[in-house]
Amino acid sequence: MTESVPAATATETPDKIDVVIATDCGSTTTKAILIERKGDVYRQTFRGEAPTTVEAPFEDVTRGVLNAIQEVEELSGRRILDGERIITPAKGEEGVDVYISTSSAGGGLQMMVAGVVQSMTGESAQRCALGAGAIVMDVLASNDGRLPHQKIERIRQLRPDMVLLSGGTDGGTLSHVVELAEFISAADPRPRFGSGFQLPVIYAGNKDAAEKIEETLGEKTALTLTENLRPVLEQENLGPARHVIHDLFLEHVMAQAPGYRKLMGWTGAPILPTPAAVGQIMQTIARQRGINVLGVDIGGATTDVFSVFTVDGESVFNRTVSANLGMSYSISNVLSAAGLDDVMRWIPFELDEADLRDRIKNKMIRPTTIPQTLQELQIEHGVAREALRLAYVQHRQLAVGLKGVQAERTLSDVFDQTEAGASLIDMMALDLLVGSGGVLSHAPRRSQTAAMMVDAYQPEGITRLAVDSIFMMPHLGVLSTVNEKAATEVFERDCIVHLGTCVAPVNVGKREMKPNDVLATYEMTSGAFGSGVESGELRVSDLRLIPLAEGAEAKLSISPVRDVDVGGGAGQAYETTIHGGTVGVILDGRGRPLQMSPDPVTRVQQLEGWYQALQIYGEQA
Amino acid sequence: MAHAYTPGLRVTANTALRRTRRLPLKGEVLVAEGDHVRRDQVVARTDLPGDVVTLNIVNRLGISAEEIPRYMLKSEGDVVSVGEILAETRPLIKWFKTEIASEIDGTIESISSVTGQVMLRKPPAPVEVPAYIDGIVVEVIPEEGVIVENVGAFVQGIFGIGGERWGKLQMITDTPQQDVTPDILPADSEGKILVGGGRVSHAAVEAARDKGAVGIIAGGIADRDLRQLLGYDLGVAITGSEEIDLTVIVTEGFGDIAMARKTFNTLSACDGRDASLSGATQIRAGVLRPEIIIPSNEDATQVPDASHVGGMGEGDPLRVIRAPYFGRIGTVVELISELRQVESGATVRVLEVEFEDGERAIVPRANVELIEE
Repeated sequence: MTESVPAATATETPDKIDVVIATDCGSTTTKAILIERKGDVYRQTFRGEAPTTVEAPFEDVTRGVLNAIQEVEELSGRRILDGERIITPAKGEEGVDVYISTSSAGGGLQMMVAGVVQSMTGESAQRCALGAGAIVMDVLASNDGRLPHQKIERIRQLRPDMVLLSGGTDGGTLSHVVELAEFISAADPRPRFGSGFQLPVIYAGNKDAAEKIEETLGEKTALTLTENLRPVLEQENLGPARHVIHDLFLEHVMAQAPGYRKLMGWTGAPILPTPAAVGQIMQTIARQRGINVLGVDIGGATTDVFSVFTVDGESVFNRTVSANLGMSYSISNVLSAAGLDDVMRWIPFELDEADLRDRIKNKMIRPTTIPQTLQELQIEHGVAREALRLAYVQHRQLAVGLKGVQAERTLSDVFDQTEAGASLIDMMALDLLVGSGGVLSHAPRRSQTAAMMVDAYQPEGITRLAVDSIFMMPHLGVLSTVNEKAATEVFERDCIVHLGTCVAPVNVGKREMKPNDVLATYEMTSGAFGSGVESGELRVSDLRLIPLAEGAEAKLSISPVRDVDVGGGAGQAYETTIHGGTVGVILDGRGRPLQMSPDPVTRVQQLEGWYQALQIYGEQA
Repeated sequence: MAHAYTPGLRVTANTALRRTRRLPLKGEVLVAEGDHVRRDQVVARTDLPGDVVTLNIVNRLGISAEEIPRYMLKSEGDVVSVGEILAETRPLIKWFKTEIASEIDGTIESISSVTGQVMLRKPPAPVEVPAYIDGIVVEVIPEEGVIVENVGAFVQGIFGIGGERWGKLQMITDTPQQDVTPDILPADSEGKILVGGGRVSHAAVEAARDKGAVGIIAGGIADRDLRQLLGYDLGVAITGSEEIDLTVIVTEGFGDIAMARKTFNTLSACDGRDASLSGATQIRAGVLRPEIIIPSNEDATQVPDASHVGGMGEGDPLRVIRAPYFGRIGTVVELISELRQVESGATVRVLEVEFEDGERAIVPRANVELIEE
């Protein structure tokens, strides 16, 4: 079920690509990067940024793009622009071979989706839109508990960029999906941009209902019919509808936004919504390396989570966006969603509740401020752990097997507790955890980034940790549609900073283990260690950091005790190669889920111990 | 002199002001270019499509969806009123007859022989847009609205709740530090916009509402008080549509915090004058801040529009907007060009500030804002 985006169509992609200029037009900033072939490998060489110019007074996205590219020109000495034209192809120190771009300006792609049964076609439609890079404003379903007039009112209120209507397996229910179409028709919704245009609606439901849907919506909306995204209960077919979403994104949404029509004429590959591009590079990396990847992008307003897991030999990609979990605009919502206690539990000093609440609200209304004091930084990192955790919980809930499926069970399955609708996210099988977004990418110390990710996601077994240092993943996602080799080489060499590896044995049995009980014995051998070997016992509640530089490897032999799993099964010894990074190897014996003392004084001591072990806030945690 | 761009809130005693007054859907503009309009005067009007009511006729008549045309007494587009029969069965014995009556006055929008659903639409609901500020119509946007212009004092707040209102401005504290408490509210607050200096409490807002005030402006508010006022914890700063009887605007932020002296003096100079205010706040791309407008009705051409975006230079007044100096007012001493490491460990662009008491400090540039003219 790995998705691919259509190949370049805007202009022909050149056969030989040595120089690439790529931009990501965000809500506030447009970021440009230059990628050049240096000898046999591609490297990201220069970057520039400028404010995005979608809104007044400029109302032309290309102004910001040109300004960002101009900064790259100044830094690199390469002439890329001839007035407002991008010089192609590259000749010596002039021009580029291809220009590519992503966009999330103007609030990104906002969609409403509809399906007959909420947990079945409703959920499939949601996964489809999210995977295409959209923000899902609402999921409408025949059984969502709302009365017809409430549904109509909601559709009218929302003003989405487009609607995805699904429902019914092929040959299945007709009336329910037609009823949903009737609600959409009655609401007579207007698109967000371009008041004179019809709202794009994609129908990807029961093919037998297509004619009736056309009768109901054909005149009132810009209707596109495509393949059913759930043709039979046992199968999801999200690819065709996702491609239609991308096409309509370009034709309707982008084309209405100020300056985008011009921008679309410049690019050598279709402009992708930013999250769709991030999903694209994640899938490429997972496929090329044959690994399971979990990625997160925590922004000011939203947090995106991406996962690529192999399930029954098939690579399954999922994306979720938590629209109101973020570190500035939505920071107050993190506090209200997580609850005060869950935020306070990460703060290693006593703090008055009212004071915390006022500080968080002040950050909400002045979102561009930064922590000046250590305490302010620790508060933000505490909130970040909760935002990351909540977004991950939401992701687990949507990244699930298909519901409503009558699974064929064999005798061996009786002992296997998996069930339809179980989460596909298996932390023990996760190979690479990638973080990005201001609070992770710009933390004063990389160890702080690693600690936030480990505390929030609580990886199990052996997991490599990395951070996208300058948020280059969107650019590389589009690049991968043009030149996969260039995208993966830059990803590895310039995009991500390897933080190291987390080794976390997990008690999978029923036996209660006490602090100081031995979890596992380990031995790591590497020339990078002074003695050549690092070995010892990892005990319950231990947290240890063993430096292992970026680029260095170590051979790990670990023998967990009975009931404890570190990747090879309960009580099974495990050998693997682990990788270093700017932080090193984190040996985490704190257990899963993390247990924190309910007593505030003991909890502060516990946190001080953890923070000191990972040296995240200096000597005095 | 070094400059840096740090946007701030505008506080000015006299500036040219324009406000676009636009309908949510196309409609009719009721005034012409050059007309003088009052703040409460309706300048544009339209009708919003009425709500839809659905009736599942087939379930109620016990028939199949394809049979529906045979049982309907009304057609699509017909006007119906409450109690009017829309569909009925025709049994041999009249006693067994079932009738479905309309529950609303409206029109029949659609009759579906797939779902058996009949949709009725209520009559359109009128929407009117007032001028919001006293002034002159300088531009008509055909079928959509107008642009109203005037000159006057203009103060942006940092955060507000509640929509557009207007009334006489009345100062209720003598200093920018004094908190707004119920005991200092004037007996005659009816229709007034009350202005205090320091923190406004939940009790004071409630008392002002009881006395009929239409707005209250203060330096700060505690998050706890805001939660009590709204009845929920505000997650994202998008406000303006709260159903409260008065509009609340704070100029500095959350917590115990005094109003900037310049803001306090500007509002004091307008004591007793007619003002318009809006609590609508939107802190996303395309920031919207709450505002207080006190028109002076001078000739707009005589006053330059001060809405330029300038840089920050040495000697400029600023407020610090983050701990440890949160809320303190001072002036720029030096825009330090090299990056500096601050206590949190981050290496950032900074400036040196001198506070009103003469104390000096190094502060990240991201943590200050200009007090703009």
